[in-house]
Amino acid sequence: MTLSFPSRGVLPHFPSKHHNTETEKVTSMSTTSTRRLRRVVPAALAVAALLTGGLAACASNTGSGSGGGDSELSAAALDSALEAGGEITYWTWTPSAEAQVEAFQKAYPKVKVNLVDTGGAADNNLKLQNAITAGSGAPDVSQLEYQSLPQFVLGKSLVDLTSAGFGDLESKYSASTWGAVTTDDGIWGLPQDSGPMALFYNKTVFDQYGLTVPTTWDEYIAQGEKLHAADPTKFITNDQGADAGFGTSMIWQAGGRPFKIDGTNVTVNLQDEGSKKWADTWNELLATNSVGSIPGWSDEWFTALGDGTIASLPIGAWMPGVLEASAKAGAGNWRVAPMPTYDGKTAVTAENGGSSEVVLQQSKNKPLAAAFLRWLNSDQASIDVFLASGGFPATTADLESDKFLNYESEYFGGQKINEVLVDASKSVGTGWSYLPWQSYANSIYADTVGQSYLNKTDINTGLKAWQDKNIAYGKEQGYTVQ
Amino acid sequence: MTATPASVLPLARPNKPRKAKASFAGWGFVGPFMLVFALVFLAPVAYSIYLSMFRNQLIGGNAFVGFDNYVRAFNDPQFWDGLLRVASFLAVQVPIMLIIALVAALAIDSARMYASNVFRIVIFLPYAVPAVVAALMWGFMYSDRLGLAGNINDLIGSDVLAPLSPQWLLVSIGNIVTWEFAGYNMLIFYAALRTISTDLYEAAALDGANQFRIIRSIKLPALRPAIIISIIFSIIGSFQLFNEPNILRGIVPNLISTFYTPNMYAYNLSFTGQQFNYAATVAIIMGVVTAVIAYIVQLRGNRAGQR
Repeated sequence: MTLSFPSRGVLPHFPSKHHNTETEKVTSMSTTSTRRLRRVVPAALAVAALLTGGLAACASNTGSGSGGGDSELSAAALDSALEAGGEITYWTWTPSAEAQVEAFQKAYPKVKVNLVDTGGAADNNLKLQNAITAGSGAPDVSQLEYQSLPQFVLGKSLVDLTSAGFGDLESKYSASTWGAVTTDDGIWGLPQDSGPMALFYNKTVFDQYGLTVPTTWDEYIAQGEKLHAADPTKFITNDQGADAGFGTSMIWQAGGRPFKIDGTNVTVNLQDEGSKKWADTWNELLATNSVGSIPGWSDEWFTALGDGTIASLPIGAWMPGVLEASAKAGAGNWRVAPMPTYDGKTAVTAENGGSSEVVLQQSKNKPLAAAFLRWLNSDQASIDVFLASGGFPATTADLESDKFLNYESEYFGGQKINEVLVDASKSVGTGWSYLPWQSYANSIYADTVGQSYLNKTDINTGLKAWQDKNIAYGKEQGYTVQ
Repeated sequence: MTATPASVLPLARPNKPRKAKASFAGWGFVGPFMLVFALVFLAPVAYSIYLSMFRNQLIGGNAFVGFDNYVRAFNDPQFWDGLLRVASFLAVQVPIMLIIALVAALAIDSARMYASNVFRIVIFLPYAVPAVVAALMWGFMYSDRLGLAGNINDLIGSDVLAPLSPQWLLVSIGNIVTWEFAGYNMLIFYAALRTISTDLYEAAALDGANQFRIIRSIKLPALRPAIIISIIFSIIGSFQLFNEPNILRGIVPNLISTFYTPNMYAYNLSFTGQQFNYAATVAIIMGVVTAVIAYIVQLRGNRAGQR
């Protein structure tokens, strides 16, 4: 088995794919806009844009879905559903899916799985939300990022899998990923992978400029200063202030728990101790001018990762696969180290990205859907396929297997990267939650926190603005928000 | 000829049923259009207005709120921010683009230009490039690290050229839009110029008028309807600004907010914020604003034309 760790499919925003889908969306808009210009009746035009928005909202949230345990589900029902066979649809953007589905259909020939590649997390969420709002068209099983899960749980769009005996599977998964799929007294899916953060750095650049691998953020800032003084075209790291996933993970690592959810009561406090700690540190780092602002996942970004312009990145454990695939020029130069910490003593990190699979309420064959999901994320046959295609698992057995730990990555100069990454997965801070409207919150991150980066002002101001907008949005949506 | 009352009466009678028949047949012809029009235009508009009267919450469901969404929009600084941005864009970009188009059309029409057909197609060609591709292409050129802007900066050894900086961003977008649509407007003007009877030029030449005099006294007055049409198209296009900023947002997410233009605002509200109702409100308001401004331009244009 050749391992090329970790997965590229599990990213919050997979590069080229994400880009494509973004473009697709816009193309449909563009045709209308060109047509528009030719029309003489002006009022017609502005309103044409509504068609898209309007129709999508057609069925106005039916708010259906029973929620809670589903009586038709039980471990036995799942088994007999596999025997009886049937047809289900599975939405995902992980590159492992095709091989996994193939293996599944070989094991259960009576079941037909219609695989739909949704291209990326953002597009998947969009399509899923629209199908749910429309009342039809959602798949039976879908991939869903951990951070988007609460949104769909609260929308009562997912099936609680507790009664199907999924509770027995808890011991298979790392605590943080299990926690992510079990909120609100239910089991809403099974973890597919995980992304504990680590510090990826370019050893060649570090050696060239005499930088040491930092263990604290203060050291990290000092290395940034040193690098920038020696060569202003090189950056210690790259952060545009537009990636909310990065910002929230950094707050998580700093011990901040800005979002608390209790049913429909939500607390947003982006000025808690941890959030402030990260913002203050990052303010200092930005002041050294050693942070690049290259758009993430762009060609430019990959070039910069390959040629040493970006000297290090604190990012999720799925990154090696991405580097190998898209920053080939950097082969042999990169290494992995544990995340720098604030006190330099206790190792602590956070999850960055990562996905689960869920069963949708709209599914017409929930037992079969749940059975497929159970096989997909807990059967060793499936996980082996996932690993072979470069995934970073959520299952502890695989995280601890010798084969996995001893894998020497050529790209990383023979380093046993999984030792570092698996270590990281054990020191993920606990008790983190995302907002029930996280994907919307992420979309306005650049409008608020990003402005602090742009104007070189205090990140805390940006965090406060982000907080205010989130509170306003939450209230509009009927939550009790503080 | 004066008709006697006797001859009027028999004529008047058969007139009545004939009138009714004619109007019925007319509807028959208009019917298919009306049906499609109602289906694809009136129904969506009505549905959007209906939508804009509601509020659908993640918690609490759907509720009728009357004009609350409109009140909210008028008090929404983000909406005004976008609206003012496209209005200032309109005030600067549209005149520049139309003047370029006008000069190009007059030059091609002057018959003094060598290979004018080539120029015509070359100037028009950018319009054939999909707006998304154009925005992507310009986005690469604008990049001051890897793109053309960066190369020019390297060449002259400075960093003055920063098309994707806060100060220059709107100008850069204006440049893309001008590049895309100058040729399209040029073609409208050129087509209008071709309809001018050559007799007029001949007469003007006999009267001793030079080219500039001909342009001022014959060509520009003849172009007036075409110019008004172009202005109206451009007003609509400006208020609908979406593709270019939305694509560039991928490169400079901090610079282009989710409410950079009203259309982007409506798009992000409905697709990432699930606020379809409020998005419908924003769209309806923008539709009305666009219609009103376009109507004023048309009215003024016609009136001035009649003078």
